[in-house]
Amino acid sequence: MATTATAPVYTPVESYVGESGLWSWLTTVDHKRIGTLYLFTSLFFFIVGGLEAGLIRWQLAGPNKHVLSAEAYNQMFTMHGTTMIFLAIMPLSAAFFNYLIPLQIGARDVAFPRLNAFSYWVYLFGAIFMNASWFVGAAPNGGWFGYAPLTTMQFSPGLNIDFWVLGLQILGISSLAAAFNFITTIVNMRAPGMNLMRMPMFTWNAFVVQFLLILAFPVITIALVFLQFDRFFGTQFYEIAAGADPLLWQHLFWVFGHPEVYILILPAFGLTSEIIPAFSRKPIFGYPVMVYATMLIAFLGFGVWAHHMFAVGMGAIGDTVFGVTTLLIAIPTGVKIFNWIFTMWGGSIQFSTAMKFAIGLVGLFTIGGISGVMHASPPADLQQTDTYFIVAHFHYVLFGGSMMGIFGGLYFYYPKITGRLLSEKLGSWHFWLTFIGMNLTFFPMHYSGLLGMPRRIYTYEAGQGWETFNLISSIGTAILMVGTLIFLINFWRSFRTGAVAGNNPWGAGTLEWSIPSPPPEYNFARIPRVTSRYPMWDMRSHEHAELSHAQAEESGAHIEVATGRSARDLGIPMPNQTIKPLICAGAMVIMFSGLLFIHENNMPLALSVILGGALLMTLSLYAWVLTPLEDAH
Amino acid sequence: MAHAATIDSTHDEHAHGGHPPTSTGLDHKKIAIWAFIGSECMLFASLISTYLIYKGRSRVGPYPHEACLPPVCATALKPILNIPVTSASTFVLLMSSLAMVLALAAVETKDQPKHTFGERLLGNSKLWLFMTALLGTTFLGFQAFEFTSFVHEGLTIRTNLFGSSFFTLTGFHGAHVTAGVLWLLTLLAIDARRGLGPKDALNVDLAALYWHFVDVVWIAIFTLVYLIK
Repeated sequence: MATTATAPVYTPVESYVGESGLWSWLTTVDHKRIGTLYLFTSLFFFIVGGLEAGLIRWQLAGPNKHVLSAEAYNQMFTMHGTTMIFLAIMPLSAAFFNYLIPLQIGARDVAFPRLNAFSYWVYLFGAIFMNASWFVGAAPNGGWFGYAPLTTMQFSPGLNIDFWVLGLQILGISSLAAAFNFITTIVNMRAPGMNLMRMPMFTWNAFVVQFLLILAFPVITIALVFLQFDRFFGTQFYEIAAGADPLLWQHLFWVFGHPEVYILILPAFGLTSEIIPAFSRKPIFGYPVMVYATMLIAFLGFGVWAHHMFAVGMGAIGDTVFGVTTLLIAIPTGVKIFNWIFTMWGGSIQFSTAMKFAIGLVGLFTIGGISGVMHASPPADLQQTDTYFIVAHFHYVLFGGSMMGIFGGLYFYYPKITGRLLSEKLGSWHFWLTFIGMNLTFFPMHYSGLLGMPRRIYTYEAGQGWETFNLISSIGTAILMVGTLIFLINFWRSFRTGAVAGNNPWGAGTLEWSIPSPPPEYNFARIPRVTSRYPMWDMRSHEHAELSHAQAEESGAHIEVATGRSARDLGIPMPNQTIKPLICAGAMVIMFSGLLFIHENNMPLALSVILGGALLMTLSLYAWVLTPLEDAH
Repeated sequence: MAHAATIDSTHDEHAHGGHPPTSTGLDHKKIAIWAFIGSECMLFASLISTYLIYKGRSRVGPYPHEACLPPVCATALKPILNIPVTSASTFVLLMSSLAMVLALAAVETKDQPKHTFGERLLGNSKLWLFMTALLGTTFLGFQAFEFTSFVHEGLTIRTNLFGSSFFTLTGFHGAHVTAGVLWLLTLLAIDARRGLGPKDALNVDLAALYWHFVDVVWIAIFTLVYLIK
């Protein structure tokens, strides 16, 4: 691509205005820094979840292995799922939401910068809280879905489930606070001219995800509150002997759980919808259809939850309704797949690493989608449910879909975040090892599943035809780990040695590429005026005609050159840094952790920790709310 | 022309308080509170659905609307819900919404001259904020009375499915009322200290939206839990 060669030479240091040092990170309210914090934390937990997966695959590599005990295995698969969903993929998406939404809509920050910091700290402390369970030897062991009554006190007497119940509530607060923030940001902070149908596709997907979050998370919060009350206070929500419905948890959980699937995949769809047009040199095919398909997926996503429950015996009508809605949701999803293909069709395709991952998503997600449609048929699902076939399905969707999209997004946006490009050579190794490793790991699971291998068993006997498939899966996992290691090396090394990126290394079309990389603290020295969906491309044609700068500006975009000038120099008001969101988040997690002592029957300690945490939280909240966001000007 | 605007526009923004106007013309907080209320709807929907699903499934009394006679219950138990008392507390909560409307109107019109006693009364934001908080607290008092009398009649959160789902649902609502009362008292304290005026109307409006929402939820609870047998 010519742009990299002809672009003026930028030095990344020049544009980076802001202090460094620990305190500046603890008190930051800048969406880019918070996005960076999200990115590093969630990559760390992605590695933790990957190591947990590695132990699982080591244990299952052959029959009757003893790497893990049955109890340790239960903790391992529960924490693998919980970590990957709540501590890795969701916050990786949140990292992109934070970093990109304001840049894509032409804003200087999110609507509530301090609430944004609060969301991050709650996530970090919640993640630490959840993983602290390992150090007291009581990691959650009831599966990421935590089915009650299995998780009630009678069957799970340890602290394990308490950590899980409280940890998920804490993480839910983080997601909800962030979602209110992003909804407000997207509704209210778009640059002049950026109407809803000119928003970049990633922002659209992010927007829809926020609605899924605010509508789905309250439901699991209530399910968790019931479980917590059952465990701590002796209520009977999941007490079958008292007449409770054994399916109450499953319904509440999956009313949350299925929208959660779209919470995990739509951000990756959004990233893919940015990458494919950029490297095909074409606008996204059928933009309005993509937008409506996203909304339709989200809408239908609330009406398919019981397809996770065909095996419980809901009866013909329930099975039929949920089977049909599940088939329906495949339509808007298929529309997206075809729109990506048609975007590439006839385009001038450049196979950069980001593009490879994006195309990888299109292919691998389709495989996961097709096995998903198979489960929509209740009779077929009865054969597949609780077998490794299901494990194969959702890993094609979550690894082949979400993670491939996120990796693509990382290659695509790393230059915007750091000012330097990731190595394409290492990137290519990373992609091919991931692609091969992922298929070696998860494709054989279709076979072991159809041969009857159940999920969540810690070992198995030889002679059932499962050994070869399991061994291949375990080898695939090792390849995935090598690929991820190469990614980490690339990530680390490119930070200092990568090629300098400049504003727009890929020649992409959306607003975030009009500003320096990394962006200055105020993002846009001048709020842009938007006249199209791909303002940078519309301007480019003028640029080639060597029109004057003024005429280029009238076309809708304006390239900002790194000046090294601070917000103060330019007279742009910026929010003050503050430690209060961190204190408030920490106090809230202390308050939650006090509940653990109720389980230990240490009421004085429990009450003092809970009340102490609540008091500190209230005080810091008041101090926060009563302090203005920025100095008067 | 447009080139010069690059520099000029930053100065213009500075002169106008430094922030570009919002896309909708509404304040950020107004959008956020509506999103929050939407989310809260799902919270209460989950609680109310669970209550309704568990209605009539309790194996032992006391029951909400039916007497429980031996041998199911050791001693005969009356229907436990006290509809006349709860009707009174519902009326109190509805009146608090009226007081909230008057409080917001008083803050919005603080700058207008008041001539008659009636105008001064209606324009007294401290009075109406206090009345709203007082009526909310009265509602909480009714709830405390109700919970205590239920416990004396043998219904706790552990007794049966009705007790678990009833106390959790109404307890969650009560917690929301409590948070609302604290919010109102905070506004009242600010009003007493420096006086709330039209520029604070937005912040009072946010509290009002929350307060009315909590009221509306109670109307749903009162209808579905108390009135429908």
